[in-house]
Amino acid sequence: MSAAVTVKFFASLREEIGHGEMHLHASGVADLMQALARQLEPEQMSALQQENVRIAVNQDLMQSDVDFYDGDEVAFLPPVTGG
Amino acid sequence: MRRSVLICEHDFSVDAEYQAMRAHHGADLGAIVTFVGLVRDRNTTTGDLSDVSSLTLEHYPGMTESSIEGILDKTEQRWPLLEARVIHRVGTMRPSEQIVLVAVASAHRDASFAAAEFIMDYLKTDAVFWKKEQTSQGQHWVQSSNADHLRAEHWRKVDQQD
Repeated sequence: MSAAVTVKFFASLREEIGHGEMHLHASGVADLMQALARQLEPEQMSALQQENVRIAVNQDLMQSDVDFYDGDEVAFLPPVTGG
Repeated sequence: MRRSVLICEHDFSVDAEYQAMRAHHGADLGAIVTFVGLVRDRNTTTGDLSDVSSLTLEHYPGMTESSIEGILDKTEQRWPLLEARVIHRVGTMRPSEQIVLVAVASAHRDASFAAAEFIMDYLKTDAVFWKKEQTSQGQHWVQSSNADHLRAEHWRKVDQQD
């Protein structure tokens, strides 16, 4: 089942994508990547698919693929640089 | 362990935090360590020594706080602490401004010294923030540093030896 999710992009990814938030329908990460690929440029997709980009679902880092539910927040996070 | 995590745009007073910690605890309090991170005017991590005119920190409201709470959970399991406070600023800061405060209180100094270093090491690798530098050569997102990851890794090795 496809769920209505809010997709968030931060820092360098937000700039690469051109905005911080998108609203899409997807059942999980693989499905979301396909939905994103229909709307984004190939170089923007490459940025999201970099090995060091982590995905958080409802603010928890995703360890393995999960099913999305309506209202979920899916965030793409580049490597952190705080402190 | 008493704890607080604050993400804010405004500056902080080390003395106000320190005095609040002193005032809260009784005479079982034997040590307070405070660490303050400041904005440097040189980008030394990339080898590009261009002047940094300002630094902008971005965060993910909610997740950033919980990432720091997670670090404090780990800290609390390792050392007998009375209190730990973390203040991390976001937004745009100029060189010499304060970015981050770590303040730790314990009965004995060894726990506070070690815990402050541990918290700071993990703030670099696990806390959800992104830094962008504005320099005379333009602006760029700071890359995560291998040295920082090695410092956090060092603590994991200590764990494995325990």
